[in-house]
Parts: sequence; C-alpha cells; structure tokens
Amino acid sequence: MEQESKLFTVSVYTENNIGLLNRISAIFQRRHINIESINSSVCEIEGVSRWTLVVNLSEEQMKKIIGQIEKQVEVIKAYYHTEEETVYQESCLFKLRSDLLFDGSEIQNLIIENNARIVTVNKQFFVIEKSGRKEEIELLYRELSVFGIMQFTRSGRIAVSKEEMKISEILAVFQ
Amino acid sequence: METKTIQKQLETQPTTERLTGSEAIVRCLLAEGVKTLYGYPGGAIMPVYDELYKYQDKIHHVLTRHEQGATHAAQGYARISGEVGVAIATSGPGATNLITGIADAQIDSTPLVCITGQVASHLLGSDAFQETDIVGISTPVTKWNHQITKASEIPEVMAKAFYIARSGRPGPVLIDITKDAQFEEFDFSYQKCTAVRSYKAVPEVDETSLHAAAEIINNAKKPLIVWGQGVILGKAEAEFKAFIEKAGIPSAWTIMGVSAIPTEHPLNVGMVGMHGNYAPNKLTNECDVLIAIGMRFDDRVTGNLATYAKQAKVIHFEIDPAEVDKNVKTDVAVLGDAKVNLAKILPLIQKKEHPIWRRAFDDLYAIEYEKVIKNDLHPTKEGLTMGEVLKEINKQSNGEAAIVSDVGQHQMIACRYANFKQTKSNITSGGLGTMGFGLPAAIGAKMAAPEREVVCICGDGGYQMTIQELGTIFQQKAAVKIVVLNNDFLGMVRQWQQLFFDKRYASTEMTNPDFVAIAKGYYLNARRVTRRDELAEAVQEMMQSKEAYFLEVCVEKEDNVFPMIPTGASVSDIRLA
Repeated sequence: MEQESKLFTVSVYTENNIGLLNRISAIFQRRHINIESINSSVCEIEGVSRWTLVVNLSEEQMKKIIGQIEKQVEVIKAYYHTEEETVYQESCLFKLRSDLLFDGSEIQNLIIENNARIVTVNKQFFVIEKSGRKEEIELLYRELSVFGIMQFTRSGRIAVSKEEMKISEILAVFQ
Repeated sequence: METKTIQKQLETQPTTERLTGSEAIVRCLLAEGVKTLYGYPGGAIMPVYDELYKYQDKIHHVLTRHEQGATHAAQGYARISGEVGVAIATSGPGATNLITGIADAQIDSTPLVCITGQVASHLLGSDAFQETDIVGISTPVTKWNHQITKASEIPEVMAKAFYIARSGRPGPVLIDITKDAQFEEFDFSYQKCTAVRSYKAVPEVDETSLHAAAEIINNAKKPLIVWGQGVILGKAEAEFKAFIEKAGIPSAWTIMGVSAIPTEHPLNVGMVGMHGNYAPNKLTNECDVLIAIGMRFDDRVTGNLATYAKQAKVIHFEIDPAEVDKNVKTDVAVLGDAKVNLAKILPLIQKKEHPIWRRAFDDLYAIEYEKVIKNDLHPTKEGLTMGEVLKEINKQSNGEAAIVSDVGQHQMIACRYANFKQTKSNITSGGLGTMGFGLPAAIGAKMAAPEREVVCICGDGGYQMTIQELGTIFQQKAAVKIVVLNNDFLGMVRQWQQLFFDKRYASTEMTNPDFVAIAKGYYLNARRVTRRDELAEAVQEMMQSKEAYFLEVCVEKEDNVFPMIPTGASVSDIRLA
C-alpha cells in the first residue's frame, strides 16, 4: 500500500502576512516530514507571496498535505509538481582565497566550463556565483573543494511550472 | 494587515468615533452580538477589563477560575447556541492556559474567538514579564490567528476573526493585542466582514456530484448513513431528516453528530465507533453504499482502515475539501454545505423502505441488548451501573435535557444511553478527548440556554481537572446539574489495563476526597448515592432543584464499557464482552 516517496516541488500562493511560514511549516512538522528547501518571494501578482518548497514524500501524502495547506485562511492556492513538470534552479556562492585566482588558470577554466561567474574580487578573497540544478552545483563544489573553499552557501529551489497556474483568475473571483 | 477583506457595503458611511483600542475591542464584541464572554483578568489585558467594567450592563463577563475553564465554557456556549463563543485572558500563562480549549475547539470545529493581552509592542521578544509567543504557540491549533500592535487594526481584524470563526467549517481564532494598542486612541468605525480574499468558506454546489450520488443511492440495496456534527453545524437537521426518511436509509451517528435527529427516530440505528452500537459497526462492513454526512472518518469511528467498508461505495457530503479522501477513499464527494446539498439531493432520490436490510439492524440490536444493554440498564448485581444512572436521568428529564459529558467511560455511557429530543443537546469533547471539559462546558451551555435543563456527567478523574469551576457556578448562580459517576478509578484507562495490560493498574486508582463536602463548600446542594433504592429519588431531587445541584453516584468500581472495537481491529470485530 505504501507508495514510493519522491521529490515534489510545492508552489503556494499566499497573502503576505506575518506568521504564515510558521503555519505552513507546521503542516509538515506535524506529519514528521522534512522540508528539503524553502523559498519565499514576491510573484507575478502584486501583494501576493509565492512559496517554493521541496519535499520528499509519497504522492498520496503530498495530495493530503496540499489540501491542508489550501485550507489555511491566507493561502490562495497550492500546487505540487514532479521534477519533470517544473523548470527549476538553485543559486550558490563560493568564497575562495584570491591568490588561487592568479596561480595558474585552473579556477578560471572551471568558472567558464561550469557557466559560473565571478561576483567580486579583492585582495583576500573572491566570490563565484553559480545558478543551476543541484547536481551542477554539487559538481562545481567537488571541483572547487580541492582548492579549499572558505565559505559556501546554496539557495533553496525556485521553480516555475510548465503548466499554467491561474492565480489571477482565482483572485478575480474573490475581488 | 495585507489580507483583503470585503466588508459589508453600508448605504451610509459609518460615523467614526475617537476611542481607545480597548474600548474598540468591547464595541467590536457588541457589534458582533456578543452578550457573554468568559475570561480571567491580568496585567496585559487590564485596559480591556476596564472597558468591560464600563459596559457591564451590555456585556456579561464571566470570571472563571482558570483560563482553561473560560475556553471550555465558551465552547459549551457555542455548541448549544450555534453562536461564536468568546474567551479572554491576559498574556503569558493566561494565554497558554487557553491552549487546551483552543485545541479542543479546533478538532471539534467549534467557533471561538479568543482574545489575549500581550506585552507592549516595544517589549516584544525581550522576555518581558508574562510575555509568551502565543501567536506562535497557537498557530497549529487555530483556524486563524493574528497579533494586533496598532489600535487602528482592531475593527478589521476583529470583524475578520468572527467571520472566520463562524463561517464554513467553524473553528477557533485567536487575536493577540499588545497593551500599547489597547491604550492607543484612533477613529473607530465597524463593518462586519463578509468575505476574505484568500478564503473560500463553503465550496460551490456541484450538480454533477449530486446526480452521481443520487444514482448510487437509488441503486443501493443495503445503504448505510453515518452522520456527524456537520449536520448540526450546518443547521441541516430538517433537510437531513427529510432525506433519510425519503430514502429509508438506516442512519448511525458519531458522538459529535448525536441529537441531530431524536433518539427515538425509527431510522436511528445508533452510534458508530469504538464503543458504538453493535449493529451499525458490524453492518458497516456489509452495506453496499456508505453515505457519510458531515463527519471525518476519525480513527475511533473507523477502526482499522484497511478493513473498513471496503465492499461499499462511499459517498461523502463534506464542507472541508481537505477531509475528502483523507482517511477513506470516496467514490463521490459532495462538497459544500450539508443544508444546501441535502435539500438539493432530495428531489433526485427515490422513495424507498429497505425493510429486509433494516431488519438486520434490529436483529443485531437484539444481540447487543441481551449481552450488554440489559446488564447496563437493568442490572441484577448489587453495584450501581453508569447506564442505570443515565436511564434514570432520561426518565426524569423526559429526554429534554442537554447532556454535557467529560471524557472517559462515563462519556461513552452518556453518549450511548442518553435520550435526545432536540438538536445541539450532546456537548462533549469528541476529537481531543479533553478530561476536564465537562464542568466548565456545562456552565457555558447553561448560560447560553438558561431555559434548558443542563446535566453535566463527569467521572471522578476528569471532574477534578476543572473542579475549581464550582466557584464559577456558585458566583454566577448557573443552575447546572452535576453528576459524578464515581468508581474511584480513571475508568477508561483501567479498562484498557485490564484488557490489554494484564490488569496492571498503573496509576489509575484514585483516592478521592469527599466530593459532597467540596460541593457544599461552594454552597451547592449536594448528595451522595451508594444504593440502587436511593437513585430515583436523588435524581428526582436534582432535576427538581431550581439551583445548581451536585450528585455523586458511587458506581461499580471495575465495570467496563462494551461493545468495544480494540485499537487496530476492524469494525466488524467489535467485541460484546
């Protein structure tokens, strides 16, 4: 009976209110489900927030949780999508010692090959930014780690769905 | 506040008045029709209490003896009246003491608005005296909550709070108001909220699902209805009765749904679930169509889901889309308001009788009567049973009393055996199973419906969890009839210990105080009964009393509640002993 768990991207359109993060994350916490990543931002509609969460669970669980999320008063609409149904990216920053940049061309080649870019350089350190899928970022991480990474951080996933999400039409009904 | 509310368009613009935040709160309550609220004062809510003092001829504040009592009283008020119950408390411990009642209201869909004071906004997050993050704490157990830090937010937020609490599937809302917002002056005007942009209270009627449901019902040979509190919350009792009578379908209830139709109704086949009746539980696994109306397939109702009504087509009338397919897969979900949908399906339904199928319920009832009910209601042993006390209350109240029960064995007995003639008459903690609910809930029920007889049935355990509310009963002269069925045990846990833990009675035996002396200490009329020959007269004395009355009935210590579906078992494996 138990369904196989897989990664889902959850998109939640909400009002922009204090405390909503707590309300949404509590829905997962209560069911002992870890949130792999979470991102909150503005969206295409003024005054509406968009949350993008990545969770690993069965589709059965996912459907029920979407129901629980949509039930929250300040949630306008929630969707879930599989990996194939979305276009998604993550972003990351690497901080490295500046001398590495001038000791040969290895790092410069890695930056070009990986489609990354240098954000800033000073005497002590420089910062590389890379956007892409998790695996691409992990590959660059492995390649750079031999040089010694001073700091590394990766953002949560942001994603757009291939199918249309008709939020404006849903909102129009309420107006 | 960013959320757009759509407020009632008045023909004339409301006039504004210069008011403090605290006076505005009281004026909002009055505008929402609140006549009674339950609470406990303290530092961070004192400005509001000062206004309640000024407005005491318009709004009655009931001082409970603990904030938990305030929420349960507000729940009792809401459950018997169908109106929003209101509780108020100070910050910190005052606010955290509300949580049990709020959680209870959330799981039992009771409309509540709880107001808490909060430390001044410049102190938020500073670990100030009596500061607690009540919005954070209450989030998972509220339908909505909000913190107000500016007086100007009060009218819109309060209007939204009442609208959310009472609309759609009702639930508790908590509004936290900082002390500086209570003192601040602003231009007050009030408009009721009629919609919230991101919130759809009731799903739209879907004619397709109604027709699909009607077709299944019309072709059913052995249909069974299980109804829940949705029928009562939706004020759909008349539509429900017309529907079951036309379709001729045997109908069973959850403990939250009972009293929606009279106990004596010929199509009422009793209670489903762990301690429900034999016939509806057994026949859940024999029906060909299961029609769930305003219920949520709680695990105490379904037993093991893997063996629950697998042979049946399932139709679910439900207001909350998140409940559909949550526990039981449905063939047809009829989303929306029970009152509307039951009225709409009525003309689509063929008139039927199902006499053979209905006889199956009678046959199984006869078995249950022989093995369980006869011994509960007409015992031949010396010790008193809980069932015979209920039988006596039924007799002397003519089935017209509202029964408020606590949680445990006595609750199951009360729900099984109480007779009801009118709706909203069974007030109990169904989902959360909150011991201590009964006594304060009975206060709220009696105050909301003073014309009705309110009988509170407690066990000796739960009674002592909120026993201090006897003080509220005394101070308010609330004529609640309190019956403690005393077996000197935490009876339900003891029953499980007997059945599943080889009679190892770990911490379930109670050395009890003199309950009659305690009641008398609160100046209540009180009496103890230990013998069968005293029972009828004592119940009569209680029912005839115009004032509050306390009756302790010392019952058999180790009686068990049967039938029983052990945890994890199938409904059809219900045990009679």
